[in-house]
Amino acid sequence: MPFPILTSLVALPVAGAILLLFVRGDEEQSAPFARKIALIVSLLVFAETLLLWMRFDGASGNFQFVERHAWIPAFGIEYYVGVDGISLLLLVLTGFLTPLALLGSWESVHKQTKAFCIFVLLLESAMMGVFISLDLFLFYIFWDAMLVPMYFLIGIWGYERRIYAAIKFILYTMAGSVLMLLAILGLAYMHYTATGVYSFDLLKLYEMQVPMHTQFWFFLAFALAFAIKVPLFPFHTWLPDAHVEAPTAGSVILAGVMLKMGTYGLVRFAFPLFPQAALFFAPWLAVLAVIGIIYGALVAMVQPDMKKLVAYSSVSHLGFVVLGIAAMNTQGVSGAVYQMLSHGVSTGGLFLIVGMLSDRRHTRQITEYGGLKKVTPRLVAAFLLVTLASIGLPGLNGFVGEFLILLGAFRWDPRFAAFAATGVILSATYMLWMFQRVNYGPVTNEKNASLADLRPREWLVIVPIIAVAVLMGVVPNLFLRPIEPSVERILNQYHHGAPSRIQASAQPSRLRSPETQASFGEARRSATGAQAAALSSQPLAGEAGR
Amino acid sequence: MTPSLNAIVPMACVTAAGIAAMVAESFRDPGERMPIAGLGVVGLLGAAVSTVLLWNHNATSFGLVAADNFGLFVTGTLIVVGLLTLAISGPTIERERLPGGEYYALMLFATAGMMLMATATDLLVIFLALEVMSLAVYVLTGIRRDSPASTEASFKYFLLGAFSSAFFLYGIAFTYGLTGSTRLDRIGSLMASQAMSPTPMQFLALGLIIVGFAFKVAAVPFHMWTPDAYEGAPPAVTGFMSTGVKAAAFAAFVRVFLSAFEPLRGSWSDVIWILAAATMIVGTVAGVTQSSVKRMLAYSSIGHGGYLLLALVSGNDFGKGAVLFYLLTYAITNIGAFGVIALLDNADRPNDQVKDYAGLWNERPGLAALMTVFLLSLGGFPPMAGFIAKWYVFSAAVRAGYTGLAIIGVLTSVISVFFYLRIVVMMYMTPTDTPAQFPPVPKVAGGALLVSALLIFYLGVLPTRVLEWAAASISTIF
Repeated sequence: MPFPILTSLVALPVAGAILLLFVRGDEEQSAPFARKIALIVSLLVFAETLLLWMRFDGASGNFQFVERHAWIPAFGIEYYVGVDGISLLLLVLTGFLTPLALLGSWESVHKQTKAFCIFVLLLESAMMGVFISLDLFLFYIFWDAMLVPMYFLIGIWGYERRIYAAIKFILYTMAGSVLMLLAILGLAYMHYTATGVYSFDLLKLYEMQVPMHTQFWFFLAFALAFAIKVPLFPFHTWLPDAHVEAPTAGSVILAGVMLKMGTYGLVRFAFPLFPQAALFFAPWLAVLAVIGIIYGALVAMVQPDMKKLVAYSSVSHLGFVVLGIAAMNTQGVSGAVYQMLSHGVSTGGLFLIVGMLSDRRHTRQITEYGGLKKVTPRLVAAFLLVTLASIGLPGLNGFVGEFLILLGAFRWDPRFAAFAATGVILSATYMLWMFQRVNYGPVTNEKNASLADLRPREWLVIVPIIAVAVLMGVVPNLFLRPIEPSVERILNQYHHGAPSRIQASAQPSRLRSPETQASFGEARRSATGAQAAALSSQPLAGEAGR
Repeated sequence: MTPSLNAIVPMACVTAAGIAAMVAESFRDPGERMPIAGLGVVGLLGAAVSTVLLWNHNATSFGLVAADNFGLFVTGTLIVVGLLTLAISGPTIERERLPGGEYYALMLFATAGMMLMATATDLLVIFLALEVMSLAVYVLTGIRRDSPASTEASFKYFLLGAFSSAFFLYGIAFTYGLTGSTRLDRIGSLMASQAMSPTPMQFLALGLIIVGFAFKVAAVPFHMWTPDAYEGAPPAVTGFMSTGVKAAAFAAFVRVFLSAFEPLRGSWSDVIWILAAATMIVGTVAGVTQSSVKRMLAYSSIGHGGYLLLALVSGNDFGKGAVLFYLLTYAITNIGAFGVIALLDNADRPNDQVKDYAGLWNERPGLAALMTVFLLSLGGFPPMAGFIAKWYVFSAAVRAGYTGLAIIGVLTSVISVFFYLRIVVMMYMTPTDTPAQFPPVPKVAGGALLVSALLIFYLGVLPTRVLEWAAASISTIF
């Protein structure tokens, strides 16, 4: 039997957490030890995800490293895990951000450090589980189990209104997901009526013909759960609270990984399982996404609190991802997946930087800062790079995803692309304005005059972020290559299920016959070419993009 | 049919232990410490062994008591309830200076009554069992004789309980009038022949029996006694009665309605539907407003009754199995939660307000962690057993086509999470200037709670075996 590498991704953090339980001693003695154990475990997990990537066959869109065992046979529930290109990179992202989140809160967690590390590791385990599950029941277990450690992270180590934020977070997400649970049960029951056996096997359920009427309800149940998680406007109100009150590590993981579970769920479950309903609802999702893009950006602009600003910018950026998914063409979905990764890196970086600032000054109000450039030049340089990455400057990670998404949206319905593109401009406005107020001008507050610049530990945190941001911007194909076949597979699945049967009602522009699909593949390749060209002449493309 | 006593061996073991406890108490010198609880453990273990031996044998005694797998599964649940209750009762008895022998004897008699109720196949025997169980529990509720709250709770419980017993008995009388029998199998076959033309008599019989059961399982609107009784009784007793009584009553409820009255399903399913919806909604919504942990958990246990009713009304194989599995996980979890409350109980301070839990994590991290496991399991979070149980119930409902009820169920379970988390918030997140004084944790009770927590994880992660037992249980009688 080959080494069960996927299982170990889930099991290793849990093992680390159990190990931590046995760390004795009071806070003084146990804290440094606990931090180190947690960091080592999370680094090991990261190494494993990289190993996974190296051994992953990028040319195939099928699920790899599959492990499958009967779990609750009476109900057709299996322990069934595997990764394709999409989940692979999200696993790598999770593995990448968790040690950084731990390092980023190395000194800002002062109480119950051991428990803090335990919860971070449990959270990592559950997140890994969400991305590898190919059995809907298993998926739901991880999906729900993830809430508990996050709840504790926000509630115990957060800021002033942490309890309110923690409860709001958990109730919102649960309220969305329980209806999905019913839809999952309904699906399994339909499989039972069709074939005589219960099954939660995703691949089998893909094959199932769900009646139109039922698809609508099931899609709504799934989409609600994922829309709350994303969060899609108007379900986003939990996010600013949770982000602002969460400790740095919580914000990084929340924005970096957990939000992606919503969009991942849309790509992996909601759209391919219920293609006809998805086709029907896609324009509505796109409308909400575009509203989210613009609304999130506008609200971000007026935030006095840096963390809240970054939180609302997530609403805006995730709107792009949903738009790309709703477009359901190669560019859109590839761009969406790319943007998930890229947003994880750049927003994770922003939260880490804000965390560094607030560790120094114990405030996140923009007006409390000003002129940091003279005081902490290195920190500001890192801040600048991460800000530009988040805006989507060509050459950094943010550009590729947004470009592909807009391209995909344009091919689908140019109106969405037109409105969404304003979000790109707005994001430059609010991010740069915030950057300017914090870093330029004279030092207005004398408390800022003696701030320390980047410490060695903080170098360790921020350099990988910037390195990955540059890497993703310069060689996007490294990341797009494993994504693409999986996206193609999902699109085939989707288009196989959706339009052929409701051709009469669907608009011609949304129909994909095999020929047009093939030509889309062509277009996708040429688009990659165009984007490479764009990258080689960055200033020009930059101007065009703004 | 050759008369056989095999089917009553489990309850005989428990009854014998109860009698032994009573005798031991009467021979005990004042102030002498006697391991009376040990007698109970022996009796319950005897019952456990006989349950295992009877499994799959379908023994019957006197044609009135059937040790089929269904009854044995519930018996097993009751044994777990009994053992856990014994383990967590010690500190309460010592602190409150309760008469140990009486306490244990009553508890064991009640358990015997519950076991009889779960295995009886005759309405009159069910009634007898109900009374054996109830009388013992009334007394247990009021066992703190010097506490007005305890006495009041006991009195309330007794009056309302006696009233509902009368309803139940009246319902049996009508059923007898209709069918000329009190045996479930005969009632079932006669009802099947009458099912085509429902008569007012049938409605009366069904309605009265539903009232009797609904009272015992604390279904809304027959739940009024519950919060008071649960609050007034010592926490260990509350844990016992919120799980044991419910398990026994539900076992009989399922047996009566899904076998004898199954042919009349059309007449009663709507009623149970409404009871289930009302119970889930009232239980959880009222739970949100409570400031006493015991009252909060009382409403929570009302709400859990609603989920069980949901499984009952679904009535399919999943539903019946779900009732069994749910009862087991709920029993372990709820006794665990009340066990923690019992251990926090202080001689001069009951520590039963939510705010008393502030800072528990700092003072007693182990207890706080255990309480968290119990509460999260009650709230239905994976990977705890409560999730699997709820999932089982909801899949039964979806399968039976009760989607609306399932939606009410999942939404109320989200509301219930709100109040479970209130306690968690207090334990972990609320700093306090004046920490409540918590007594030290005795080893036996702490160990029992740890075992419960591990069982909860076991049932949550590897439920297969127990689920199979539950599935095997229902195949024997329905």
